[in-house]
Amino acid sequence: MAMTTQSVIQVQGLEKSYKELKVLRGVDFDVRRGTIFALLGSNGAGKTTVVRILSTLLRADAGTATVNGFDVATQPDKVRESFSLTGQFAAVDEILSGRENLVLVAKLRHLDEPGKIADELLARFSLTEAGGRRVATYSGGMRRRLDIAMSLIGNPPVIFLDEPTTGLDPQARIEVWNSVKELAEHGTTVLLTTQYLDEAEKLADRIAILHQGHIIVNGTLAELKQLLPPAKVEYVEKQPTLEDVFLTLVGTDK
Amino acid sequence: MATHLFGDTAVLTGRSLRHITRSPDTIITTALMPIAMMLLFVYVFGGAIDTGSASYVNYLLPGILLITIASGVAYTAFRLFTDLQSGIFERFQSLPIARSGVLWGHVLTSLVANLISLVIVVGVALLMGFRTGAGVAAWLAVAGILVLFTLAVTWLAVVAGLSAKSVDGASAFSYPLIFLPFLSSAFVPTETMPGPVRAFAENQPVTSIVNTIRALFAEQPVGSDIWIALAWCVGLLLAAYAFAVALYRRKIS
Repeated sequence: MAMTTQSVIQVQGLEKSYKELKVLRGVDFDVRRGTIFALLGSNGAGKTTVVRILSTLLRADAGTATVNGFDVATQPDKVRESFSLTGQFAAVDEILSGRENLVLVAKLRHLDEPGKIADELLARFSLTEAGGRRVATYSGGMRRRLDIAMSLIGNPPVIFLDEPTTGLDPQARIEVWNSVKELAEHGTTVLLTTQYLDEAEKLADRIAILHQGHIIVNGTLAELKQLLPPAKVEYVEKQPTLEDVFLTLVGTDK
Repeated sequence: MATHLFGDTAVLTGRSLRHITRSPDTIITTALMPIAMMLLFVYVFGGAIDTGSASYVNYLLPGILLITIASGVAYTAFRLFTDLQSGIFERFQSLPIARSGVLWGHVLTSLVANLISLVIVVGVALLMGFRTGAGVAAWLAVAGILVLFTLAVTWLAVVAGLSAKSVDGASAFSYPLIFLPFLSSAFVPTETMPGPVRAFAENQPVTSIVNTIRALFAEQPVGSDIWIALAWCVGLLLAAYAFAVALYRRKIS
């Protein structure tokens, strides 16, 4: 277990059950500073449960997790100052304008000059023109961009993105992907969950596959691809995609 | 985190007040139903109701004010439920804020919105001939009781909003509250009711509150009604608050 200062998120032996259903059965992983880490899994694999525990919205039954050096169970206030969460559904206020949404979060983070912060983020996410309009009039991609912009207020060192592109059209997905890449370039650590394999392939520095409550594999894309038997190469002309790796590892029995 | 409670509550109250100014229909519909009832009772049924007082609108207004509040707080449950559904609630929870500020924002907004609705209803009542010689102290007492009642049923609305499974469920709790004044001294004197109904009517909170407000407007002594009314309001407020906070803690832990 790499316990270096480089690890911004450390998860060890995390367990969580909902009544009889054991969702997490001992999850371990580390995320290094300034990288994009993708947690990949089918629907119901427990990705969101991991994110909710890390973002102090849910308590784990067992195991430990730290974010930016703070324990999620014993120092939740410190943890909340260290991360920002973008959930599965854009958590924006539809009745307010885009700018008002940003100002609201800046005020709740107790920052100076909330208006200036809002204007900068609107510009960075190409929302300056739409900034004065009610969010109810925004497209799915604009809403997601605003959602991510809201997450960036106060420059939290860690961002959790829970299925950020679910339900978006291809154009909007690319917009979101570009935003995420830009985040990592600015030094933010990103933990991303997704069920889209191409998304993990495009964005992530490291990919972990969560299956039946365990991390069954954790590595770079290149490392993951090596897990397939080389014989496969004889029959396919192209490189195995991550989709092949994923389906082989988790089984195609259903 | 407690250091931020007032600041955070102010910011969150500002946010939900903005919801109201953007959809003023919530205040208008809140005021419209009680006004329609007031028109119906004063101009249709009122002539046939013998209350022993000279002006039926004077007799009726206190009950109408309570109905206004009861229908107004349904929007609080609705707004809270919508926040929970949309994910903005979780965003607030994941921010380094005073967590109870999220509920207080909605409660204070409810107070402001209901006070506006009440002013509208009283204005219409004045047009319909409502008159009172009540002085400043009596008006303040009326306002104080209405504020207490609003806070009590608003915290009930918070319970409903936090525990609801659907939008309809979130606002359904207000129907019995709206209905309660009909089984009280709000529209007719309780002496005319048959035994068991009368017993219920005379011992439920609305009757004591209505009697107190009516006495204050009529410049009559309030007697023991005011203490019963205050006891009901404070008791209901504390119970609903405790229940709401327990529910909220379970929800966010």
